[in-house]
Amino acid sequence: MTPKDRKYTRDHEWVLIEDGKARIGISDHAQHALGDIVFVELPAVGDGFKPGDSFAVVESVKAASEIYTPVGGEVVEVNEALEAEPERINADPYGAFLAVIAVAELDEAALLDADAYDAFVASEG
Amino acid sequence: MEALKKTPLYETHLKLGGRMVDFGGWNLPVQYSGIVEEHKAVRERAGLFDVSHMGEARVTGKDAFAYLQKILTNDIATMMPGRCRYSMVCYENGGAVDDVLVYKYSDEDYLLVINAGNTAKDLAWFEQNLFGDAKVIDESPLWAQLALQGPRFLDVLKEAGVSGPLPEKNYTFVPETVVAGIRCMVSRTGYTGEDGVELYCKASDGPALHAALCKAGEAYGLLPCGLGARDTLRFEAGMPLYGHEMDETVTPLEVGVGFAVKLNKEDFIGKQALLSPAKRARIGLHLLERGIMREHCAVYCEGKEVGKTTSGMPVPTLEGSYAMALVDISFAQKDEFEVEVRGKKLKAARAAIPFYKRS
Repeated sequence: MTPKDRKYTRDHEWVLIEDGKARIGISDHAQHALGDIVFVELPAVGDGFKPGDSFAVVESVKAASEIYTPVGGEVVEVNEALEAEPERINADPYGAFLAVIAVAELDEAALLDADAYDAFVASEG
Repeated sequence: MEALKKTPLYETHLKLGGRMVDFGGWNLPVQYSGIVEEHKAVRERAGLFDVSHMGEARVTGKDAFAYLQKILTNDIATMMPGRCRYSMVCYENGGAVDDVLVYKYSDEDYLLVINAGNTAKDLAWFEQNLFGDAKVIDESPLWAQLALQGPRFLDVLKEAGVSGPLPEKNYTFVPETVVAGIRCMVSRTGYTGEDGVELYCKASDGPALHAALCKAGEAYGLLPCGLGARDTLRFEAGMPLYGHEMDETVTPLEVGVGFAVKLNKEDFIGKQALLSPAKRARIGLHLLERGIMREHCAVYCEGKEVGKTTSGMPVPTLEGSYAMALVDISFAQKDEFEVEVRGKKLKAARAAIPFYKRS
């Protein structure tokens, strides 16, 4: 079930925007494709990013993957619990956000709703 | 683009939900249930791998022995029929053509098991160096090869039903026995750091043998395992992999497999080059900071770049980030290093290889 309360990118991140703050994580499809996640590198609170910037790294046994932010702005919160328990991303991808960014810039065109994202994933095979 | 090659077990992998990837031109599963789970199954219970992509070269003839003595760095003069031996094949300059496993049937009949990605190159090299009454035949398409590894492997074999002998000692094999009603060659070998066997059967029998071993293994917690776990297991056990720890620019002495180079042997291709001391050495590294070392990371010691990592990954049994690196030999005994991970130099300590040794 792809949650309908949020938007998705073609790089398989999800973004949930509430009160001008964007909570960002990776989709169920992404965590599944990566396999066992063993390490995350999170940004620091106060770091600034532009839409499309790499803001975090998620590593599985096999590979490291850059995670891109669909919004620009300053990081106001990071999910530090993931540093000790990165496997939470596998278990609960839509709960295990990586960071929260105060939205200063938003690239609407880059975002898909849940149905469009599912169709995109299906089309990627 | 050339179509990916399939092993005889291709349909089996799909049926078992394997995540299929391009592995050096072969369509093989990187995992079924998950790399960590599969890795642990092999360390604690049993795992079954399809390694049918490996190449097999049959070497026969009255001069087969003399020919192999010339192309292999190891000495097979002391080998009895029914023995397996690890060796390197080198170019004149000492660089590695491949690392191989030699099976001896008789003085005039051997099987070389070679790396999948090197099969065409190896066969051309073998052909090019032939002399006398020796012949090399590519038997790769004839064989399915399964690796059954882990402490419960013998229980699984017995459960599947064995009539005939099994190899009792490491690095021995029986050319013919019957497992689950299927005729196989079985060797006490593997690439995981655990006890286990590798089974070779007719390509068309591969799926039935795989199915029978999976079924027999159910009671023992056996999991079918993909190439991901094969890599983490061999890495943890300190085993080099061609294309990573070695290639045509790296000698066996640098890789640290000097045990497979017999410089007192009369003559073999690469001997002259291997008589001069190695300039580099393979070392193990353990990361002391948060992060994960992968291959091709620059390695520093005393502020100087001294080499590069050749494999690096998180190791499931030990936890933490480990790497193997090829470094300037004058730094190989140092204990403190730095490894560049995504632009940052992180502290690492030298770690003994193998990282994991079964107790």
